[in-house]
Amino acid sequence: MPRLRLEPRAQASRLATYLSPVLAVVLTLIGAAVLFAILGRDPIRAYQAFFIDPISTFYGAGELGVKSAPLILCAIGLAIGFRANVWNIGAEGQFILGGICGSYIALFCEPMLGPATLPVMFVAGALGGLIWAAIPALLKTQFNANEILTSLMLTYVAQLLLNFLVRGPWRNPQGYNFPQSKSFDGYAVIEPWISGTRVGLGTALALVAVAFGWFIMSRSFLGYQIKVIGLTPAAATYAGFSAKRVTWFCLLLSGGLAGIAGINEVAGPIGQLLPVISPGYGFTAIIVAFLGRLNPVGIVLAGLLIALSYLGGEAAQISLDLPVAVVGVFQGMLLFFLLACELLVRYRVVVGQETAQSAA
Amino acid sequence: MSSPGGSAAGVPRLELRGITKRYPGTVANRNVDLTVMPGELHALLGENGAGKSTLVKIIYGVVGADEGEIRWQGAPIAAHDPASARRLGIGMVFQHFTLFETLTVTENIALGLDDQRDMRALRRKIDETAKRYGMALDPDRYVHDLAVGERQRVEIVRCLMQEPKLLIMDEPTSVLTPQEVERLFDVLRRLADEGCSILYISHKLGEIMALCQRATVLRQGAVTAQCDPRQETSASLARMMVGSDVLAVKRPAEHKGEGEALTVTGLTMEPDDPFGARLDNISLALRKGEILGIAGVAGNGQTEFLHALAGERLAPRADAIRFDGKPAGHLGPAGRRARGLAFVPEERLGRGAVAELSLADNALLTAYLDGNVGAGMVKTGAVRHFAGNIVKDYNVVCAGIDAEARSLSGGNMQKFIIGREILQKPRVLIAAHPTWGVDVGAALTIHEALIRLRDTGAAVLVVSEDLDELFEICDRIAVMSHGRLSEPKRVADTNIDEIGLLMGGEFGDDKQAGTHAAT
Repeated sequence: MPRLRLEPRAQASRLATYLSPVLAVVLTLIGAAVLFAILGRDPIRAYQAFFIDPISTFYGAGELGVKSAPLILCAIGLAIGFRANVWNIGAEGQFILGGICGSYIALFCEPMLGPATLPVMFVAGALGGLIWAAIPALLKTQFNANEILTSLMLTYVAQLLLNFLVRGPWRNPQGYNFPQSKSFDGYAVIEPWISGTRVGLGTALALVAVAFGWFIMSRSFLGYQIKVIGLTPAAATYAGFSAKRVTWFCLLLSGGLAGIAGINEVAGPIGQLLPVISPGYGFTAIIVAFLGRLNPVGIVLAGLLIALSYLGGEAAQISLDLPVAVVGVFQGMLLFFLLACELLVRYRVVVGQETAQSAA
Repeated sequence: MSSPGGSAAGVPRLELRGITKRYPGTVANRNVDLTVMPGELHALLGENGAGKSTLVKIIYGVVGADEGEIRWQGAPIAAHDPASARRLGIGMVFQHFTLFETLTVTENIALGLDDQRDMRALRRKIDETAKRYGMALDPDRYVHDLAVGERQRVEIVRCLMQEPKLLIMDEPTSVLTPQEVERLFDVLRRLADEGCSILYISHKLGEIMALCQRATVLRQGAVTAQCDPRQETSASLARMMVGSDVLAVKRPAEHKGEGEALTVTGLTMEPDDPFGARLDNISLALRKGEILGIAGVAGNGQTEFLHALAGERLAPRADAIRFDGKPAGHLGPAGRRARGLAFVPEERLGRGAVAELSLADNALLTAYLDGNVGAGMVKTGAVRHFAGNIVKDYNVVCAGIDAEARSLSGGNMQKFIIGREILQKPRVLIAAHPTWGVDVGAALTIHEALIRLRDTGAAVLVVSEDLDELFEICDRIAVMSHGRLSEPKRVADTNIDEIGLLMGGEFGDDKQAGTHAAT
């Protein structure tokens, strides 16, 4: 009887390595069409509303850059860590801490700092994310505590801290009791660089981070150590590479980048501190990192695609009357198919007879 | 033990016809025929990678053949898995034991039996079986307390409990001292006398000539010869196995060595895992320009000692380990490399090299102090040049320096690792099992490279379980047993029997008398 079998490949397929995310995207689109059909929407019209309409205007295309910037910033840092088996799942919390620390400068130091306000805000934001990520790094290297758990749990602490600040000490006294800070003004506001859009500093920083990530991973000895530690920890021990140092580096880098993304979001698109400053950028960045195959250039493409799903979700709410949860479903499907397609890198599908057992 | 199964004489106990097994990218067995008669001691001989292990896995039902037929006492076997193999009366002692360290001997054997039994009756039966074949074995001891030879006895007794008609032994002597090998052979001969067939897998020619009545020789997956090993010489057997005449390393003139390159004094370290070995007051002086061998049965502290020397675990005192007289016990692996130490680890892929990375990337793994890294950046050109030199100088057969490490055969990967370490011009080279599992040609290259390095005045320490290898290349040999190290002996002044006794733990020298705490 002909049937499908999985056979391990002698060597990981380079072609499959690059094709598997493409295949995952295609499968997700098919899945989305089925989903739209079940919800009673015409899949073609839904596709158009979801993926074409949002970027058919100049402003809309610019929004792609705005939405993808935080995703790419977070994902670059996470991807470098994932290469070294350092599983920072708490970029969302580091993002929030970056927003909080940068906002402190914006809210309380702006008159004193003047034109230096914005740079200091970004330094404070980066330090905020970095310090938040330093906690799991310390726990991991000193007590061997699993960084997946500690970084994830710290995310909830960060959310509660933000909530406390915007409802308590940092609430705008003239804000009619709304849980939000004063709007940033003066030197604390990021102006768009391209008029008619909101594209600006954030997008540029994301591109710098991409170049930096590429440089670290493909040129530096540190990047080499990261690869070795991730692939074969025993070989790294034998060679004398310090796993602790790499753990610190990866967590501090990803925390710092997430913090920069956080303050950029607060000072740019939002303009003030709110109880919620991220639609889950820090978590979604995990999908972006894997969809981009932990490769800086891949992450740019993946970041744009996921950003589009955010924009499409908003548009679909308005024009198709779909719930916002569609975005989550779409991203979930994408991650699911991505992990499934990963199998094809190491295995190939063989159609044919079952091999004859010894003596049939 | 069981009678020969009532089968008429002349009906083979086991017959394989035209067995073929393909794996992606390679054919492990090609049209193999094999016949084992009742009560026969049959050797399956071949180099590493010749397809011996695959063939016995097919016989034991662990993997299925792609083509061919297995006949058991004249009747073809259809569906085949290890449980049905055991029911037929096939028992197998694996090269790597499958015992639970935290359970007793009786409990381990109970787990391997298909039917549940009364533990007290089982205990009695284990005792009887062990005694009957002259194997000392206490059913109530925990496996983690047992030496390797004793663990093997547990595996054998477990097979014997099922009254096998065919016992497969996969490289059983690699973990035994020469004296233990003799005792094992006595057991196997008695079993054969009682009608049990033995399929004995090995690449050690001497053992096969001493034990077996028939031999089937495999090369690159195919049968190249069938013979009576008692009528052959080791040279003729080796030729059948390798396909060409085997050159021996020309035994080099002995080097006395002068000046100590590596000194270990009173090194005592507790194991970091509960089943590891304790290092007990080890002292050693490795001289410049000599090859010093450390013999011993696996699991007696060699791994722990190697890690301590390499700096993967730090010594309790900085001056417990000294290079050129300077304390180095506190230095990590990178610090020791900077002092001129190089190291060939036990495992090739997974420690000595990263399987998924290219040869060029693997060259950098330990050669990062050699001008291949500047200002934190990898000097790609220099690394590629270095990798190219390794491949050229050590005849590494590969698709180029961009080939992934895992695409190389074991022997070629080992040549690459040895080359990488030696080309960094170390003053002390520590090599663990340098030719374990590599083919004869690669072993020759590696031995010659070690001797050449010694002749340049570097100190070489070789840890190996292969006594023939140590006697071939070493100037002095010490023995590790129960975490202690014997006084090194000049190769000219000792012999395999004496070293074998030391491997059994009979040090008897007064120097170690005060530290009999081990085990």
